[in-house]
Amino acid sequence: MDLTVFIRQLVNGIQVGSIYALVALGYTMVYGIVKLINFAHGDFIMVGGYVAVFTIPFLAQYGMPTWLCIFAAVAVCCVIGVLTEKIAYKPLRGAPSLSVLITAIAVSLCLQNLALIFFSSAPRPMSSVFDLPPLVLGEIQFSGVSIITILLSVCLMVALQLFIKNTRMGKAMRAVSEDGQAAVLMGISTNRTISLTFAIGSGLAAVAAVMYCSAYPQVQPYMGSMLGLKAFIAAVLGGIGSIPGAMLGGILIGLVENMTRHFNSQLADVVVFSILIIVLLVKPTGIMGKNVGEKV
Amino acid sequence: MKEILKVTGLNVNYGAIHAIHDVSLTVKEGEIVSLIGANGAGKTTILHTITGLKKAASGSVLFDGAELLTIEPYKIVSMGMAHVPEGRHVFAQMTVTENLEMGAFSRKDKEGVRQDMERVLERFPRLRERSRQLAGTLSGGEQQMLAVGRALMSHPRILLLDEPSMGLSPLLVKEIFATIETVNREGVTILLVEQNAKMALSIASRAYVLETGSVVMEGEGKVLLQDDNVRKAYLGA
Repeated sequence: MDLTVFIRQLVNGIQVGSIYALVALGYTMVYGIVKLINFAHGDFIMVGGYVAVFTIPFLAQYGMPTWLCIFAAVAVCCVIGVLTEKIAYKPLRGAPSLSVLITAIAVSLCLQNLALIFFSSAPRPMSSVFDLPPLVLGEIQFSGVSIITILLSVCLMVALQLFIKNTRMGKAMRAVSEDGQAAVLMGISTNRTISLTFAIGSGLAAVAAVMYCSAYPQVQPYMGSMLGLKAFIAAVLGGIGSIPGAMLGGILIGLVENMTRHFNSQLADVVVFSILIIVLLVKPTGIMGKNVGEKV
Repeated sequence: MKEILKVTGLNVNYGAIHAIHDVSLTVKEGEIVSLIGANGAGKTTILHTITGLKKAASGSVLFDGAELLTIEPYKIVSMGMAHVPEGRHVFAQMTVTENLEMGAFSRKDKEGVRQDMERVLERFPRLRERSRQLAGTLSGGEQQMLAVGRALMSHPRILLLDEPSMGLSPLLVKEIFATIETVNREGVTILLVEQNAKMALSIASRAYVLETGSVVMEGEGKVLLQDDNVRKAYLGA
């Protein structure tokens, strides 16, 4: 492929990849704190998508910019995420991980079927959220959505990293994820920290939802499952539990998928899922996963 | 002297196993109280139950008159009780400074925290040298100092120490015990769990001997140190 096509695919790949990265962060943060793969996480994207679809007409009616729907989506997803944890996962703390995993799948099916009941299976079109001119560099033209998706994701990831590294609650999250019992002895409330983690993860998924729907403008009850799975693969590839890993894994999966799709669209999913298998076989801790020996 | 910690009729189960039988003990303000006994006697379980890491089946734990068994465990440290767990449990992926900051998580008085940080770093100069290093890269002795320093960052009135000498060289054990005595002289009450009975008894004002989950003996540290049964069972004499 020639250079222009390559660069365009590269940017598309990074665009999809940053959406995966935002979603993967939710998987990895929750895993880091409660050692749970929240398979309902993908469906939070779907919830975010519907919230955006329904708030956009309101915003338009009152003459407000439609991109404000991101805030509505984030707010609703935070609430759904925190509630899911309180209702479904909290009672199972300390239960065998298989029980929790099955519960997570049940929550996922539950959300999907609720969406089916309320919104039917017919895809709903999403009107455009960002009214941006394309960016033209020589012969290559990048859509405004691509640019804003990448920029917004990078900003959110930097903000998240600063939050985790420097703030009191960010440090508390790291402490709980590393040693829950010791964290309690420090006076850190595990419940509050877990809620915060779910809120942040779900909020990022909501942003991802709006960005995804801006690129592929429709919403349907099952949209979260494939997107969620790929983001999960991204989290595993980067090293589940590792925040920089989720970012890197997301971008990589997006790139690989897009480059493969350029040659053969059927092959893209094959390649992505093969990555999961290969990572699990060869390096289950992922690229940046920690394998820390404990000193006694 | 005032009783700062009063445990009465404590029973703890692990599943069907009755691990702690009707244990009662008291710690008075300013004392060093040691809890000695063989591996598996239930020493660690008692400390875990006091700070809420383990649920009690029955009994009462009064700290300064307040019942600890019914409050949420994370609130206990802000009441003035710090617990240095067995095996140190420092946050390996965080720096030494961050670990110390976590120790002060429950405190709101920034100025006091800053002073205590300075005091801890003065007490353990090695920690100052390594303040930006990840705690996981420290030696066992340094990690123990960090664990004690982290607990002191909460400005506790009582310090619960679980096997502080475990895995340390004899020289470091002496150092840690000297530190415990200093901290105690500065006004912090100590409840110490140790397998190293000789060291534990020699610094203790009073001590309890635990066997398979029950208190079988109690008395002044120096008296127990001379007791024939204690000497045979725990001091290898």
